Amino acid sequence: MMPQSATANILTVLDTDFKGIIEEWLGTQVKEGVKRSDLFSDAESRNQNRELLKAFSKGIREGVAGEDFDLDDDKWDDLRAVLADVSRERVNRGVTPTEMATFVLALKTPLFKRLEALADSDHSMLLRDVMLVTRLVDAFAIYTNEIFINEREQIIDRQRQEMLELSTPVVELWDRVLTLPLIGTLDSARAQEVMENLLQTILERQAEVVIMDITGVGTVDTQVAQHLLRAAAAVRLMGAECIISGISPMIAQTMVQLGIDVGTVSTRSSIRTALSDALLTVGYVIKKTEAQ
Amino acid sequence: MPLPSYAKFDESDLGAQVLLSQHRLKTSGDAVTARQAVARYMKENGASALSVTRFATAVSEIVRNAINHAGGGEFSIYVDRRRKTLTVVCWDNGPGIADVDLALSDGYTSGGGLGRGLGGAKRLAGRFEIRTAVNAGTSVLMSVNL
Repeated sequence: MMPQSATANILTVLDTDFKGIIEEWLGTQVKEGVKRSDLFSDAESRNQNRELLKAFSKGIREGVAGEDFDLDDDKWDDLRAVLADVSRERVNRGVTPTEMATFVLALKTPLFKRLEALADSDHSMLLRDVMLVTRLVDAFAIYTNEIFINEREQIIDRQRQEMLELSTPVVELWDRVLTLPLIGTLDSARAQEVMENLLQTILERQAEVVIMDITGVGTVDTQVAQHLLRAAAAVRLMGAECIISGISPMIAQTMVQLGIDVGTVSTRSSIRTALSDALLTVGYVIKKTEAQ
Repeated sequence: MPLPSYAKFDESDLGAQVLLSQHRLKTSGDAVTARQAVARYMKENGASALSVTRFATAVSEIVRNAINHAGGGEFSIYVDRRRKTLTVVCWDNGPGIADVDLALSDGYTSGGGLGRGLGGAKRLAGRFEIRTAVNAGTSVLMSVNL
């Protein structure tokens, strides 16, 4: 007897042995080595699988018309929501995309077995059901991967933002002495951020000397030099003195060849000499204690 | 009207060079990638720290020019293992340079920069050649001994 709708057999299988499918799905995951018992407890895994399968069968019940379906459809909202949660958790715990896809694809075996039993040697029906399950689970896996990649991209983006902020700290070294340790590449966007941050801090701390340290800047080309000299000029306009420190012999020679003139900006080879100069300017000296 | 053409640097200018890598130039991040690729290769092949800094800075200047003035381009790194030289070619389809001698002279700037970039790159690189045509683009070739 042929059922009315293409999904009837699949739904029958899901309804009659929901628990059995989950257990077997978990079992396949163990066999394929993608059940991360190091990251998830048994109860957690079982719970995730149950939620996913529930949403999956709801999607099949409501979201498959004829043999067509589209996971972007409203009818699949539940599955997408559960999947988003599960993926996010797994990404954060360091599960790989391959593990995640294999985890979803492992659902095929338990479904195939039960459909085979149900089909009772009606091969054309079995073939049709298997094809539909394959398409559904594959779409499910592809969707999972997409979520996974999005999730990772968000992490990368967040880290980039954090790095941008991290890389421009203005540190108060002493009373009225600030230092700005620059690291990496000084492009226009960062230079602007550095400058704003620096000028604001000069105002807040009533700074008199600012040390811009470029030990961590690998390449000083004309654009970087221009940003540095502009920042130095702005610092001077605010009434503070600016020292650029950390100019290595290589960078010094390169700057000379480029024809960069630092004008009246003070420069020092190391932050150490810059610091002792800066302290002197604000009226302090570093002295050895008597006991030593 | 067809664009005025100019001879970009190609294989015939390079001799027995092997292409190491090619980089798309679009954002300032691409400039960093190109520069780092050159620096990494030079370091791996025993170039001195000074030589690496000089050549990487020259590369930084020309790729930044392509990105800032021409809206992007392409950057290729070649190596001649026998003669032990590294050659880079940077080209763009930008506005080109009307007067190359003027552009190479210190203090000349078209866009508010220091006006040292192109001339500086020429002084920093061992070999520096430029081909350009107005409204067609600019192609720069630079070499350094490893």
